[in-house]
Amino acid sequence: MSFDERGGASVLRHSGSEGRRAASLFGFADSFGFSAAGTALSETDGADGRGLPARAVALGLVVPVALFALWWVAAEFSAIPDYLLPSPAQVVNAGIELAQAGLLGTYIAISLQRVFIGFAIGTSIGLALGALVGLSRTASLLLSSTLGAIRAVPSLAWVPLLTIYLGIYETPKITLIAIGAAFPVFTTVAGALRHVDPYLVEAGRAFGLSRGRLLTTVQLPAVVPSIVSGLRLALAQAWLFLVAAELIASSMGLGFLLTDSQNNGRMDRIYLAILLLAILGKTTDALIGLVEKALLRRWG
Amino acid sequence: MSLTAPASATATPALPVSLNGVGRSFTAVDGERIVLRDVELRIAPGEIVALLGPSGCGKSTLLRQISGLDRPTSGSLTIDGSRVAPADQRCAVAFQEPRLLPWRTVARNIELGLPRGTDRKRGAERVSELLELVQLGHAAGQKPREISGGMAQRVSLARALARGPGVLLLDEPFGALDALTRLTMQDLLIDIHRAEPATIVLVTHDVDEALALADRVVLLGTRFDRPGATISRIIDVPGARPRDRASTVLARLRAQLLEALGVPSHHGR
Repeated sequence: MSFDERGGASVLRHSGSEGRRAASLFGFADSFGFSAAGTALSETDGADGRGLPARAVALGLVVPVALFALWWVAAEFSAIPDYLLPSPAQVVNAGIELAQAGLLGTYIAISLQRVFIGFAIGTSIGLALGALVGLSRTASLLLSSTLGAIRAVPSLAWVPLLTIYLGIYETPKITLIAIGAAFPVFTTVAGALRHVDPYLVEAGRAFGLSRGRLLTTVQLPAVVPSIVSGLRLALAQAWLFLVAAELIASSMGLGFLLTDSQNNGRMDRIYLAILLLAILGKTTDALIGLVEKALLRRWG
Repeated sequence: MSLTAPASATATPALPVSLNGVGRSFTAVDGERIVLRDVELRIAPGEIVALLGPSGCGKSTLLRQISGLDRPTSGSLTIDGSRVAPADQRCAVAFQEPRLLPWRTVARNIELGLPRGTDRKRGAERVSELLELVQLGHAAGQKPREISGGMAQRVSLARALARGPGVLLLDEPFGALDALTRLTMQDLLIDIHRAEPATIVLVTHDVDEALALADRVVLLGTRFDRPGATISRIIDVPGARPRDRASTVLARLRAQLLEALGVPSHHGR
């Protein structure tokens, strides 16, 4: 299998010519990430703690099932060759083949691990910075424009720098994902803290809460809904930045599977990787949706 | 900040309050805007004083000076002889709006009013005692959005009472309630004051409320030739509480106060 013989280095060699393609894929993943959060949000709205009505489930399934049918028909009964449009069965077989080689599980696990670690680090930093900037006017004046400028740097622009400074192993990838995950939390939390009901804050002050206790008793609970929506956006960003990181310099992971399959012309594996990213992204988003529900029941 | 208030309120004595030439002005775009000037008032321990005046005359601003949530630009205030600290913990405030934390239950909201460092058991006892006092024992586990406006104001009152304050400051606490609930709440406040006699300063624009509750009614007003409100009149209200709302003495005082507020009372026609 040619797959095993390829190392991360050969991917690096291609990175120059792949920049454009990676960027366009980044853009695609962008719209994907946010729409995933969007549908799940509307689901929780509709559910309202009473469970999804059958009609909502049925309507939600209409488009995916139709797309799948269309794909199947187009692949089986049209003149489009397999190397441009593999059939669903071929994609499933590609998955089985990779799983038997012991690669599929590894790739999924390493990608998930990178997303979760980067997400955890990034959102913690985002929460801390958001609290600082949202609560202190001085900190806001001091940091806002700088953080805004850092935020404006496109994710791929960090890659060369991170690769040179931090090498090609896990650290630069997790750092990149953390950068991506930090900003949505930072922005939403800082904004929300600035708009906590001043009456409640004054009441807290009147009852003798110190700054620290005011934060934990009044301000943070008041912004829980914003924190959760920040976390949701951060998760979508984490998946985006994961693919960006893995496309450039890696020898494992779903982003690597995409690049590698492109180089080998394995359209079935490209489809497999994209489907897995969709499923994993949606599943992790749904998990955050559950956390959101629990938190909003407690703090909403 | 002195945190002398013990966990049980019944032990806290009512404290005297003194306002010495208090003034407050705000810097506006077109220069200084004077809200209060030369407010001179001594309030005895356990006394109930009603601050009465037209809307926007600075009653709430004056209350905020006593609580230490705002500072005067001139003059000084003392509670029990010592200067009012920022957010002075010898006071407790019930605001115009209930200002309850929406994610906390009624009981947990009242808990917020306990002095820092109250031990858990004492605190829980005090909260259930207060729930009984404001007749909300049945609503302890409910969230603020599940209860009525009158109930929310009672929770706010219980929260203010939790620390057994030396000075209880009430900023139009019944202003947003319907007329009947308001009368019930006034009676409740009288009962509470009898059970736990704190010094009470009450802001209101309701003349009847002031006469039903206060030992003295302090009228705030602005003279046409000078900016800034100050005390224009102090009226002693006779009679032990609860008072007969239809008493002729009160009716005469009511007419005087309305007249002073610029409203024809049509009394004695």
